[in-house]
Amino acid sequence: MNIVEQVLAGSKRALARAITAVENEYDEAVEIMQQLYPHTGRAHVIGITGPPGAGKSTLTDKLTKEYRRQGKTVGIIAVDPTSPFSGGAILGDRIRMNELTLDEGVFIRSMGTRGSLGGLSRKTAEAVKIMDAAGKDIVFIETVGVGQSEVDVIKAADTTIVVLVPGLGDDIQAIKAGILEIADIFAINKADREGVERLNTEIEMMLELNQTRVDWRPPVKRTVASLGEGITELLVAVEEHISYLQKSDQLSMRRTKRTKNELMALLDEQIGRYILKNITSSGEFTAVVAAVERRERDPYSVVANLLRQVLR
Amino acid sequence: MEKRIRVLVAKPGLDGHDRGAKVVARALRDAGFEVIYTGLRQTPEQIVEAALQEDVAVIALSLLSGAHNHLFPRIVELCRQKDMSDVLIVGGGVIPDTDIPGLKAAGVAEVFTPGTTTSAIIEFIQTNVK
Repeated sequence: MNIVEQVLAGSKRALARAITAVENEYDEAVEIMQQLYPHTGRAHVIGITGPPGAGKSTLTDKLTKEYRRQGKTVGIIAVDPTSPFSGGAILGDRIRMNELTLDEGVFIRSMGTRGSLGGLSRKTAEAVKIMDAAGKDIVFIETVGVGQSEVDVIKAADTTIVVLVPGLGDDIQAIKAGILEIADIFAINKADREGVERLNTEIEMMLELNQTRVDWRPPVKRTVASLGEGITELLVAVEEHISYLQKSDQLSMRRTKRTKNELMALLDEQIGRYILKNITSSGEFTAVVAAVERRERDPYSVVANLLRQVLR
Repeated sequence: MEKRIRVLVAKPGLDGHDRGAKVVARALRDAGFEVIYTGLRQTPEQIVEAALQEDVAVIALSLLSGAHNHLFPRIVELCRQKDMSDVLIVGGGVIPDTDIPGLKAAGVAEVFTPGTTTSAIIEFIQTNVK
């Protein structure tokens, strides 16, 4: 059996290796993805995002246990930041999920962002597809701890849960653009802390001002993940969102948009690579750089010229 | 291409002292490794299963409870059973010199005792990783 057949047959080792191949861009990666692609599109993908320390990993752990009680299999991709200086990373999300390690129906993979800035790693979407093809019913994507604008998770997830905690900021934070806009569901975690009422009100007020999404108003759920409180209710909200997606045309719209984005991103990557190989590594390019630096030529017409050469 | 060495830093057994493991994890990160840290009190089964899912090239074990003669060889054995013999397994902690030959014979590639510099650990991994 080759690696693709092994992934489809449920081998964890093959699943792990396939993700590595894709993440490291090994030669066989494209072929693996080509063969796995027809087997994707079955899993429901849930994004979990929010600021550092909000409890994303603990919440993922608890939601996974709930899904396991329902007999569903779960894949988890936990993203943590890569150091911009050394290229190394400490991936520590498993600490909160140790009880899941020996569960045969759960597969957890940690990924470093490796230079990607949107809260995911560059290959997260591919890793989701591999887990999907391996037959996981649910795939969680846990983002890095985000600030205000790392919103890539919506490109990969069907349902996005934004996890907030009381006491992080005043109400103007809630009306800024960014991660608050991407929530399909809000989870106020650590809801046994002071400030929970105020945060709840602020989110509701922000949603009140939001005119654009009338057909689905993101519910606000309170949880204390460490104690397992509010998990069932949060899961009910997820199920409601799934049935909303299915009843409306939202799911197919989101997936069409995703397919388009993925094709564009692949094109972008290939074109970038081609240009890198054919233009920027040539001696001519070095001369052009010098000319632009001396203000003898301007970068805009240089780029237009270079493109004309390549696309001829 | 973008290959990065992935290391699982794990603490088997029942002692709660993870300062050393954290120092090593940080040093490995600064050397450009991707370090998966799983926290305290891991069973050999948990460690090997996490190593499998994370597809690491190295398992670095930290242990100060004195149970190394039992737990380290057990982890090596579990790796063998799961067809993961290519994973480099190293250990560290308060381990008597007299125990080291036995651990190496059991398949632990190297044992680092107190006083070892983090750069020695990094160099060993870079030289011996498959």
